[in-house]
Amino acid sequence: MMSNKKNKKLTPTQQQYQAFANKRMPKRPVIKNCIKAFLVGGIICTIGQAVKWVFIHYFEFTEITASNPTVAVLIMISTLLTGLGVYDHIGQWAGAGSAVPVTGFANTMSSAAIEHRSEGYVLGVGGNMFKLAGSVIVYGVFSAFVVSIIKITIKALGGM
Amino acid sequence: MEQFIWAFLIGGGICVIGQILMDVFKLTPAHMTSTLVVIGAILGGLDLYEPLIKFAGAGASVPISSFGNALVKGALAEAERNGIVGVLTGIFEVTSAGISAAIIFAFIAALIFRTKG
Repeated sequence: MMSNKKNKKLTPTQQQYQAFANKRMPKRPVIKNCIKAFLVGGIICTIGQAVKWVFIHYFEFTEITASNPTVAVLIMISTLLTGLGVYDHIGQWAGAGSAVPVTGFANTMSSAAIEHRSEGYVLGVGGNMFKLAGSVIVYGVFSAFVVSIIKITIKALGGM
Repeated sequence: MEQFIWAFLIGGGICVIGQILMDVFKLTPAHMTSTLVVIGAILGGLDLYEPLIKFAGAGASVPISSFGNALVKGALAEAERNGIVGVLTGIFEVTSAGISAAIIFAFIAALIFRTKG
């Protein structure tokens, strides 16, 4: 789809090369990757559910308020595993399974912070911490803003 | 006990959606997580994400899509109380724990750990 548009600008030889390169590109094992992502993602969420259960039964949180401390605990575990170099190994095997849960968000932040430490604590750690995680926050906040405004407008106009 | 099984299945399912976005639609991990957050925010606005959390527990609240939902929920709850300005003041209300924890622990990690390999 996208490559067709790009190909129009290329000379015939370049197009031939593109076709050749595409043929030789290793096929991604989609099904296998999906199974791995399902297993790892499912396990991380099950651990989250267990943490949530502990907060509900031992710390008097309710079903709804327990979500926040659960996320905090998962982030702490993920940051620790990132620092020890374990999370990246999991990530290589699991793909989206470790990137999609909130632990992946914490992983991108802590790995960027650790990696750029050599550039100093302010410009390195402070400036680069959100290098990868920033996109999630930017698009999350902006889309949430648009959705909220639309919803409030619809409500004010008497719909829903 | 039942909720543990649903947390596993739904949480795993959302990760499979992410994997398909990466493998089939050739998105980078950053594009993929951003897309999921936007989807979560839209589902949150349509009141479809909250039922999913009630049903699957951490299976829906741990994946990053719940971040988008929580942003919308915070903004709308505050807007209910303080009018339209609440969208700005309340947007991080629910997600504060996650973002604060991530910043604080990431900073501590940068103090303690060094790059591996």
